[in-house]
Amino acid sequence: MSVIILLLGASLTVALIFLAAFCWSVKTGQMEDDYSPAHRILFEEKKETDQNK
Amino acid sequence: MPVIRHPLRHRYFRTMDVATDNCCYHCGETLLTTRIVAHDKCFCCEGCRLVYEILEENDLCTYYQLNEQPGVSWRLPVRADKFACLDDARLQQQLIQYRDDTHTHVNFYVPHIHCSSCIWLLESLHRLDAGVERVQVNFVRKEVRIVFRQGETTLRKVAETMTSIGYEPYLSLQDLQQKAPRVDRRLIYQIGVAGFCFGNVMLLSFPEYFSSPGDIDPILFRYLNLLLALPVFLYSAQAFYRSAWGGLKHGFLNIDVPIVLAIVVTFTRSLIDILTGAGPGYFDAMTGIVFFMLAGRILQEKTYKGLSFDRDYKSYFPIAVTVIEDKKEKAVPLPEIKAGQTLLIHNNELVPADGILVKGKALIDYSFVTGESAPVERSAGEIIYAGGRQTEGNIELLTIKEVAQSYLTGLWNRQELREEEEKKSVSFVHLLARNFTWVVLMIAAMTAVWWGVYDAANIWPAVTAILIVACPCALLLASSFTNAHMLRLLGKHRFYLRDAGAIERMAEADAIVFDKTGTLTDKRTGVTISHRGLLTWEEREALGSLVAQSTHPLSEALAGYCGTFRQPVKDFRNVEGQGISGSVNGLAMKLGNATFTGALHEETARGSAVYLSVNGKIKGHFSVHQSYREGIDTLLRQLRERYQLALLSGDNDREAPVLRRLMGPGAELRFRQQPGDKLDYVLQLQQEGRKVMMIGDGLNDAGALKQSDIGISVTDDTNNFTPASDAILDGRQLLLLPYFIRLCRANKRIIMISFVYSLTYNITGLFFAVQAKLSPVIAAILMPASSISIILLTWCMSWRAAAKLRKADKDHRKD
Repeated sequence: MSVIILLLGASLTVALIFLAAFCWSVKTGQMEDDYSPAHRILFEEKKETDQNK
Repeated sequence: MPVIRHPLRHRYFRTMDVATDNCCYHCGETLLTTRIVAHDKCFCCEGCRLVYEILEENDLCTYYQLNEQPGVSWRLPVRADKFACLDDARLQQQLIQYRDDTHTHVNFYVPHIHCSSCIWLLESLHRLDAGVERVQVNFVRKEVRIVFRQGETTLRKVAETMTSIGYEPYLSLQDLQQKAPRVDRRLIYQIGVAGFCFGNVMLLSFPEYFSSPGDIDPILFRYLNLLLALPVFLYSAQAFYRSAWGGLKHGFLNIDVPIVLAIVVTFTRSLIDILTGAGPGYFDAMTGIVFFMLAGRILQEKTYKGLSFDRDYKSYFPIAVTVIEDKKEKAVPLPEIKAGQTLLIHNNELVPADGILVKGKALIDYSFVTGESAPVERSAGEIIYAGGRQTEGNIELLTIKEVAQSYLTGLWNRQELREEEEKKSVSFVHLLARNFTWVVLMIAAMTAVWWGVYDAANIWPAVTAILIVACPCALLLASSFTNAHMLRLLGKHRFYLRDAGAIERMAEADAIVFDKTGTLTDKRTGVTISHRGLLTWEEREALGSLVAQSTHPLSEALAGYCGTFRQPVKDFRNVEGQGISGSVNGLAMKLGNATFTGALHEETARGSAVYLSVNGKIKGHFSVHQSYREGIDTLLRQLRERYQLALLSGDNDREAPVLRRLMGPGAELRFRQQPGDKLDYVLQLQQEGRKVMMIGDGLNDAGALKQSDIGISVTDDTNNFTPASDAILDGRQLLLLPYFIRLCRANKRIIMISFVYSLTYNITGLFFAVQAKLSPVIAAILMPASSISIILLTWCMSWRAAAKLRKADKDHRKD
């Protein structure tokens, strides 16, 4: 029985972490634009380094 | 019979039939000349070459490697001081999002964004302007968020740099007057929470469902489930509470009312079960249904972010206009324009307010307001109405009214449009849900009476179980998922609906009103010119030079046909109503009607015929007629059978016989219609009890589009602006209209079938519920089974219903 309680705690924690990650992704606008991030990552950067962060 | 095509051809056609080598390296237009060259690359115009050179200089040619010919043709040069108004502090304040001591954040709408090259180039803007710190493109919204250091550059400079590389930010009056609405992410959070809780509640319910009694102590699991169900009940389901309450406030019982009732009953029953230790409750069914319903709602409300369905005159008007005060030019924000000010209207600018022409020769293109294609001449002292576009040189005018009170803008203040809210009819889904609810309540009442007689202890479990099982959530799921599929399917074929309600109104329409210019006719080809006779190259050159001297619409059409030539013309003469003449390189040219040119007999020609004589000899004639979209006759013939057709044109009735033939004998044809007349006609049809579908394209149709039950604006380029409407249709897909309508009709049928199908689940559930035997396990199986099967069923049926549309679209593209 106590093993189950331990597992319960672990599984709920993992699930909560994923929920938090989801909320973070919504908050940072990752659900807004599904086109540009996918293409941005393919751009080669010649001279300067930071251009999209 | 050569047919002229507008050079600005759409990408869709371009990739199909044009080889790359005779295309502009920048924008991919077919080359008219090979003379514009830079670095071994050919360009269609100076504008394109200029952009290329800027990019080449700054080592930004990756732009051309990411996509072939990613640019947009730039034929109309942007006036040098167009963005001078951005130096104005008050204007800046209204445009910028955020500013601190060093940095400014601003959002620009850039309609030209269309590919990954655009993203790359715009996000490399800092290489062109060192003051720019960071640029982020939101591709879906076609928006660019720019952060720059105001010490090193200015808003105006940033806008000008963007313009120089072909990405002109679009600034309109609307940007000033209303802030962009905050993105509503609440639904996404809500579904996230619901999904999380649903998954875990289900997982935590398994031990109790599958263990034999005494194996485990279910108390812990039950309370954990209660804890997990709380956020769903209190937070995720809010959308339904709000909509139900909103309906009740207006005395309307919508579908969300019984759903909220079911959610509340399920929660209360489960809470009491757990607190009294009677059972595990129905939390898994409740969280699951909320999750699925939210998913349906999100899918159904997923809108086309790049398109706007709410444009009124404000998004067509510039944000600022040049005012002349004490002989000095000054950019003034449009809302601050008062009567009695002198405005300087540049070539190709829109007249923003009614005024009296003071200086200059006005040649106003009112096609925007009236649909009339030929520009009208106005001389000093005459009134020019807002909405016209000056087409020749600069003019000055004295305003007599403010922007908001001008003739064109006044249209938006009309009473009929104010009462728009009422127009949206009630979806049949709500009516169905209401009847369904009454039946359920009756069953519940009868069950209560039955158990009251036999075993009073069973009243509570039986009645609550009925309300849990018989929630019309299956109906809501069926309708929201079907609507979502339909919107997506229609969008795939480039018919974009504003919302799900439009599907139903589209299916119900029984009268179709067309606009002519830009809707039935093709804007890209404009006019078709056919020529009978032969011309030598010299004669053609001479003709091109001659017609370039005249601004008559027929001359302009011919100028497009001959190509641009600028040979000197001697003895140019323009005989009003007859024709023009002149001598070019020793050739005596005469162009005009038969008597003017001395043609012996009038040959029969469709549209207007223009005869040409060179050195006194007739060299054939040109017939100019408006070109209708290909296949428009078939379309109208198909529609004629089912619908009452009407045509409202702002143009004159020159084309009346052709249109009569196209529209059929029963159709109403009206010409010289002002925007207000069009609105009145739609209103008149509605008063006769008709459901009106209006199909138009311009601002001149905006009132009618808004008033009609379903307004469709047709555009040949979705980057262009379309007036406020319920739907946006790509012009090349207009021929598929009957298929779109058919699909919208199928929508209702699919919802009904899915609903009837889902009733079997409801009846199964009721069978257990009335006997007070609905155990949580049965609910936990029935709920996801019915939800998922309905989702699949609607998907399959929508897909099947769209088969004809897919086939028609395929055939259409082949042609």
